[in-house]
Amino acid sequence: MINLLINDQKVSVKEGTTVLAAAKDLKINIPTLCNHDDLCVAGNCRVCVVEQKGARTLIASCATPVTEGMEIHTNTLKVRNARKHVVELLLSEHRADCTKCYKNQNCELQSLANEFAFGEHVFLDLVEDHNYTIDRSSPSFIKDDSKCIRCQRCVRTCSELQYISAISVANKGSHQKISSFHNRPMSHVVCTNCGQCVNRCPTGALVEKTYIDQVWDAIYDPDKHVVVQTAPAVRVALGEDLGYDPGERVTGKMVNALRQLGFNSVLDTDFSADLTIMEEGTELLVRLKKALVDGDKKISLPMFTSCSPGWIKFMEHKYPEFLPNLSTCKSPQQMFGALAKTYYAKKRNLDPSKIVSVSIMPCVAKKFEADRPEMRASGYKDVDYVLTTRELAVMIKQAGIDFRNLEDSNYDSIMGDSTGAAVIFGATGGVMEAALRTAYEIVTGREVPFGNLEITPVRGMEGVKEATIKIEGCVDAWKFLEGAELKVAIAHGLINANKIMKLTREGKAPYHFVEIMACPGGCIGGGGQPIPTNIKIREKRMKAIYAEDVHMVRRKSHENPDVIAIYNDFLEKPNSHKSHELLHTHYVERDNY
Amino acid sequence: MENKGLTKVDIIFEKIDPKEVLIKAYKMTSAEIIQNMLDSGLKGRGGAGFPTGLKWKYTAAEKEPEKYIICNADEGEPGTFKDREILDRVSTKVHGGMAIAGKAIGAKKGIVYLRGEYRYLLPKLMIELASFHKMIKEIGFDFSIEYKMGSGAYICGEESALFESIEGKRGEPRNKPPYPTVSGVYNKPTSINNVETLVTAMMIINHGAKNFTQYGTKDSRGSKVFSVSGDTPTPGIFELELGMTVQQFVTEFGDGDTKAVQVGGASGFCVPRKKFAETIIGFEGVPTGGSMKLFNSSRSMYNVLHNYLDFFNEESCGQCTPCRVGCQQLLKGVEKVKKGEAKSTYLNELIKLADSMKIAAKCGLGQSVGNAFKSIVGNFREEIIY
Repeated sequence: MINLLINDQKVSVKEGTTVLAAAKDLKINIPTLCNHDDLCVAGNCRVCVVEQKGARTLIASCATPVTEGMEIHTNTLKVRNARKHVVELLLSEHRADCTKCYKNQNCELQSLANEFAFGEHVFLDLVEDHNYTIDRSSPSFIKDDSKCIRCQRCVRTCSELQYISAISVANKGSHQKISSFHNRPMSHVVCTNCGQCVNRCPTGALVEKTYIDQVWDAIYDPDKHVVVQTAPAVRVALGEDLGYDPGERVTGKMVNALRQLGFNSVLDTDFSADLTIMEEGTELLVRLKKALVDGDKKISLPMFTSCSPGWIKFMEHKYPEFLPNLSTCKSPQQMFGALAKTYYAKKRNLDPSKIVSVSIMPCVAKKFEADRPEMRASGYKDVDYVLTTRELAVMIKQAGIDFRNLEDSNYDSIMGDSTGAAVIFGATGGVMEAALRTAYEIVTGREVPFGNLEITPVRGMEGVKEATIKIEGCVDAWKFLEGAELKVAIAHGLINANKIMKLTREGKAPYHFVEIMACPGGCIGGGGQPIPTNIKIREKRMKAIYAEDVHMVRRKSHENPDVIAIYNDFLEKPNSHKSHELLHTHYVERDNY
Repeated sequence: MENKGLTKVDIIFEKIDPKEVLIKAYKMTSAEIIQNMLDSGLKGRGGAGFPTGLKWKYTAAEKEPEKYIICNADEGEPGTFKDREILDRVSTKVHGGMAIAGKAIGAKKGIVYLRGEYRYLLPKLMIELASFHKMIKEIGFDFSIEYKMGSGAYICGEESALFESIEGKRGEPRNKPPYPTVSGVYNKPTSINNVETLVTAMMIINHGAKNFTQYGTKDSRGSKVFSVSGDTPTPGIFELELGMTVQQFVTEFGDGDTKAVQVGGASGFCVPRKKFAETIIGFEGVPTGGSMKLFNSSRSMYNVLHNYLDFFNEESCGQCTPCRVGCQQLLKGVEKVKKGEAKSTYLNELIKLADSMKIAAKCGLGQSVGNAFKSIVGNFREEIIY
């Protein structure tokens, strides 16, 4: 243990602890901007400077490890002056049109400005001296350089968590900026639209592209029938933007609020998540049969999940030779969209051209996915607008809804029923667990051999998880799998996905089935989820997801009555011709820069 | 005040038999070499003046088997051109200093990081390096040197930005600690020394530490190569004993009308005429990496300051707030004051800002912007305003 004094208070901390963390132990708050719990130390904003006795300069508390006998003061005149200067300098480069900014009231620079830079600003305005650009090219997010404080959180996120580096630092001095390859628009670089940078941007420099007004217009249009679907991970995070602590489940209130907002039908992406399991599980079993029994060398294994649009784009850019390994299943969002304007329209006797399909997603890549040209199987744009969890919170606030005092409400019927298997799609390992619950039962006629259906080896926050399931006692149709060991892997965060893809490229991946989610923690840590994010918050959301599962009446996808009904009434059977038409897709190779 | 007066010496460019010196060094232990450096009182010649012996001692103490000795030849300080001359004329002494340092710290690899603009020296240096490698192999040294080229960024002369650049990354200073002696290039213990420091080290082995201590003052031992430029009838490279006053320097090199000397380049200090006599050139007064720029009364100090700020505005790496934005504010601020668009008292705010930059910037570049700013505004305020 290392002993030191901070503001004359003694503290003992582990070797390697930063001064910032040691101060936190003493409940001494030191402001930060470039620092983020998920990322490596940068030490570049200099807001966290403190005075160390005997040191020639102030030190960055986020970047300085403690040493024995160190004496730190966090609030001296020197520190205050320097900190105030740093905040004022950042403001002088920043287009501070706060009242018009999407991040107003949720901006770390604004909070610091409130503390250190109120009243007249000392320094000259530099905003007009910079040739700032706003990049609106991505359908998922907007990059506004005039709001950027160059903390490089986004750059570190893109390289450290996602292994993409679509954005990096360019130029030097006053021209330094966060840029892309050859300063190309974000829509024309390797960006996966995962939005993890958006989650970590302390200001309004990176925000999702909002479609709130378009959705309001649709709701108020008497000619339109507006259906809304909500992704599994939204219900365990929405509360954070409405005054709840992380990890609170607000499913029933959310459904009620959506109805009050004026959506004609409030449905659940969980329905199509269950459907995904039927389609994808069948696809896997068919692939296994063709590969193992028929000896078909053209079958690509391992098969990778395809629910995460950030992951899909990652594959299209980085590992196009493995596109055949991706499941052809559309994501639950897009399956839902295709069915909303076909099956749902038919059932409700509606003109599909009058249906507006909206989805609430924990994701910004879903906005891009909905715009893909492949996603028009219904003859219309399958999903018209994608809103993030954050945008839904904004709409709820705009409508003046007293969210906390809302009664719980249930989803509407036809495509509103779901199971616990679908809910856990929202956490890393969830798709795998849901698939195993169903596939194992199809093959053996018995439930998965895990207590209370909890397949614990595929759960948790480890970057790459592996599990082997031995298949025994197969029913006749699947006898060829008798005794087989199904090897699976799960990765979340694209840096971990890349580890698996590297193995795959080297021919060293022994897996049959791999689940990959682009975002850390899976969809609960998605780029459209409430800000801030960190491992503690993601763990709480994950816990809530599994609690939601336990509370469901049905917990296996193939038992979802709405799913059974759609196969009986419309799709016939998994992987049928109709399914392929509506629920499956293909992928395109993209440039890697 | 210790004042040695102005004495020209010839150590750096002195003709020696390099092989003889290297054989002498080869026979010494690491500890003996380091002790020689400590006894000599040699401080780094790049400008920051860290004791060379200590740097080598710390690096030698690291247990890691892979270590590096780096020669910082990214000579980018405005008004400095002595390393170019040293490399051009006595590269074998530079390489020799590296081999000696390598022996001292336990490094088998040396890297010369050469300023991009000095690429034209490379063909000649490669020929000289080949025969140097042959020579030290004969002596028994297990040591080799490679050259890495800079690409024109001033910031890459900052040691940790230089490491990043060698590693193929964007040249941005790192957080310290860890210091290079613990984790430098490729995260290995590294001693990074200026071109002139390495030559001086070799000459200390040649002449002995005691001989070296005869030159200079208590705080500034030995001699130093100066790059003299500006309003002087005799611009060029001069090796002078440390410890003279600016007045003595001006008497030798001035044109009779010198009103100010910028000591240490853009990141150094401006000494006005009224302080010439009391200011020692050295670590006890104004330190310098070698740049000495003289200005006569025909020069506008506003233009001088503007030029330096323009330079920093361009050459800040841009990563830390105080340096990136501070430089812009200082530049725009003096422009506004000059044009009468800001009150002259605004200069006081800028001086406070310069003080904050000095203590809050991440690296030596940002921390030293305030030197030129404060010394020029402090001594020539009326020239900035009117």
